[in-house]
Amino acid sequence: MFSDASAMLSPRPETQGAAVARPVSRPATLATRAAAATPAALAGKVRGLSDRAIAWLFIGPTMLLLLAINIFPLIWTIRLSFTNFRANRPNATVLGVGIDNYVSVLTDGDIWLAMQATAHFLFWTIFLQTLIGFALAYLIDRRFRGHGFWTTVILIPMMLSPAVVGNFWAFLYQPQIGLFNYVVAWLSGVPASSFEMIGSVRLAPWAIVIVDTWMWTPYVMLICLAGLRSIPDYIYEAAEVDRASAWRQFWSITLPMVLPFVMLAVLFRGIENFRMFDMVNLLTSGGPGSATELASITLKREAFEKWRTGYSSAFAIVLFVAVFGMANIYVKALNHVKNR
Amino acid sequence: MHRGITTAHSLVEPGPRMRAAAGSLVVLYALITIVPLAWIILTSFKTPSDAISYPPKVLFTPSTEGYCNLFTTRSRQTPEYIAALPPATGRCDQVARNAGMVVAGPSNYVPRFVNSLIIAFGSTVLSVGLGVMAAYAFSRFKVPLKDDLLFFILSTRMMPPIAVAIPIYLMYRELGLSDTRLGMIVLYSAVNVSLAVWLLKGFIDEIPREYEEAAMVDGYTRLQAFRKVVLPQATTGIVATAIFCLIFAWNEYAFAVLLTSGTAQTAPPFIPIIIGEGGQDWPAVAAGTTLFLLPILVFTVLLRKHLLRGITFGAVRK
Repeated sequence: MFSDASAMLSPRPETQGAAVARPVSRPATLATRAAAATPAALAGKVRGLSDRAIAWLFIGPTMLLLLAINIFPLIWTIRLSFTNFRANRPNATVLGVGIDNYVSVLTDGDIWLAMQATAHFLFWTIFLQTLIGFALAYLIDRRFRGHGFWTTVILIPMMLSPAVVGNFWAFLYQPQIGLFNYVVAWLSGVPASSFEMIGSVRLAPWAIVIVDTWMWTPYVMLICLAGLRSIPDYIYEAAEVDRASAWRQFWSITLPMVLPFVMLAVLFRGIENFRMFDMVNLLTSGGPGSATELASITLKREAFEKWRTGYSSAFAIVLFVAVFGMANIYVKALNHVKNR
Repeated sequence: MHRGITTAHSLVEPGPRMRAAAGSLVVLYALITIVPLAWIILTSFKTPSDAISYPPKVLFTPSTEGYCNLFTTRSRQTPEYIAALPPATGRCDQVARNAGMVVAGPSNYVPRFVNSLIIAFGSTVLSVGLGVMAAYAFSRFKVPLKDDLLFFILSTRMMPPIAVAIPIYLMYRELGLSDTRLGMIVLYSAVNVSLAVWLLKGFIDEIPREYEEAAMVDGYTRLQAFRKVVLPQATTGIVATAIFCLIFAWNEYAFAVLLTSGTAQTAPPFIPIIIGEGGQDWPAVAAGTTLFLLPILVFTVLLRKHLLRGITFGAVRK
């Protein structure tokens, strides 16, 4: 089961070519043996399109679409990042500015503030989601009656539109009338109007962490649950025979065997939250001030409000490099853990 | 899965008290997690004044004002003007008049919802169609640089949407695709095709090659075997993948808000800007949200067996 995940992350040994007939389970007839003995190229010519032609015919359109919508724009972004182009002034002369945009991105205090906000958001969402998600998965794996139904209920938030979620949490966070403030006030005794989750610089970064955790804990839970269920019972049975305590079993069987799954969940959440835009844009729009201005929100402000297209292209490239670099290092660590 | 082979006398079966405790904690979490959603659905049936009352009202007289306001635009009139009008023709007409207003016409919610449907279904058909072909080729044929191509396909999904949106914005402006449904369908297809290829490759890998090989021995060409043997076998996988693509396109916001403004605008950028007199009309926003989320709730239940696969790009299977 988990070998599939490893296959995704590390090059897979070349699978058998289609033309090489596998041993057929039923008794080989003369025809199957003849087919197996016929060279692939010849067989292909006999039957119309060769396998190679079909392969390119089938993969080609997907590649063309990705080249047109992903690669060509990426190259365009790289080109723009070396200019002073502004998308709202298409007729102004475009000057090459060398690496000036990159220098200003990397020395801009606002960009570093945005990276700090992103780091805070990433760290706390991943920490809380892993903790709660794993605990939930562990509890669900006790297989109580009705666990299937309740698991489905728990999964609902992660299927919703992040933008719509951000918008309705803005309603729940209203200081006077919002349900969130009311419940916190009821539980803690502080007046409901004494704090503003999205209006205060101190609380807003936590407001987005809470919503993201509410939404994505089920994601981590689901992957952890798959990990827990992949541990064969006989390992625990052997541990029981050896009279290992429940605590010991948890630390030396459960945790190490689920760890690769947890790390995979962290990888996916990390990439997703590094790109986070929609939910936060509708919940706080990066405010108050720039307290919740994550990298994507800064990018949107630079590109589509200040129209500094060249500058924001350079920032976009820096973000690409950052996300690919971090994902690669992380995948190496993941493979290391898995092969231990 | 191993759960099937657990013996009745297994040593590791949790005890009944442990089970009950675990069950109550999970149910408690599930109930808490569903409160925000339930609250929005409740709010959609409130009057604007009930929606913003303090303390928040759990018990209230249900009203259709939220839904009426969602589907109509209204203008405020003097009581004399309203009194002089012929009797109200519909429920929403009456609701508006009770609030001292007159229905001026339909709102943009229905066109935005229809845009969402067209763009979601159009892009799903395109990305699953392309995806199933590419996935079959990657699953069955020797393709040079296969792993690199597959990783490239996946990596297109890692890019921050805003970063992709900058050149797409310029490109679409040049090509006249800004704010068109076609432009959005092509864009969402490109985003979803990576998911479709990865998921469908997993599903097709699970179909034994012997089926096609037997069919080809019987005289089918490769293409016929693909159409008549592989596609029917992969139906479940194709449907599951299609639902994932639909959900993504349905929920997408970043591209929609930057690249559409009118004719092709989808529901997610529209719902937050539903406003009434003096700020956001929360019951109408809640009503729009409820109607928008209902299809997703249905899909979640339909998909629950394949969810794990979908959210991890096929990396983890049950």
